[in-house]
Amino acid sequence: MTDLVLRFLIGGTVVSLFAILGDIFRPKSFAGLFGAAPSIALATLGLTIHHNGKLYAAIEARSMIAGAIAMSAYVATVSWVLFRFKPPALAVTLALLPVWFGVSFGIWHLCLR
Amino acid sequence: MIVEVNFASLKSTKPHEYALRFLFGGIVTATAGFIAMRYGPVIGGLFLAFPAIFPASATLIESHEKQRKQKAGYDGTNRGRTAASIDAAGTFLGAIALALFAVILYRFLPSHNSILTLTTASLAWLTLAILLWLLAKRRHFTRR
Repeated sequence: MTDLVLRFLIGGTVVSLFAILGDIFRPKSFAGLFGAAPSIALATLGLTIHHNGKLYAAIEARSMIAGAIAMSAYVATVSWVLFRFKPPALAVTLALLPVWFGVSFGIWHLCLR
Repeated sequence: MIVEVNFASLKSTKPHEYALRFLFGGIVTATAGFIAMRYGPVIGGLFLAFPAIFPASATLIESHEKQRKQKAGYDGTNRGRTAASIDAAGTFLGAIALALFAVILYRFLPSHNSILTLTTASLAWLTLAILLWLLAKRRHFTRR
């Protein structure tokens, strides 16, 4: 439980810091880079290495490759839909999250099981 | 200058928006940890690349850009959504670089110093993200 609380606090802080970096940079296309910053990984891998060792963390990193590919597919789809149809950003970003789940678990099923 | 730093934009983000981002980022990080504990590192590792920041950031960009245009007397809705689309295009490039970050960790973490590997991977992410952005800027991104 303590571990999860610690992850919550560290994760919230690191994610917020990267989000702030995204706020202050211009143009927006450059600021967008920080939307894919390794914030969760940096927030938690230290704890993971401490508790479970480096090999465990490396296994997580291997799966993270799949997650990153999924993120690419997800944000590319969101970008296209927003530009093409101009729907509300919140609705699109939430409604298209199944793209991330589908691609990441698809790669897991095909390559990582 | 190609890239500008604008600290004044921090004032346009309201305190509750900062709190929401902290809350959402914390929940996603804790959930990623819980999933790893429950289902193992193979499943848990997927969520290290979950788009935690992106929905909130895209929504904030749309909102702030819309407000900016409304202050100038325009509707701003389409402009806000276009701005969010451009931000998402940048995030796409960052996600490609994120895969490199993960590859470096996977390849070098077991046999090298943890801090050195994390630092190298982070710098590699930043370098590749910026390089991809510079390449894309020359080809696709237009100044608005």
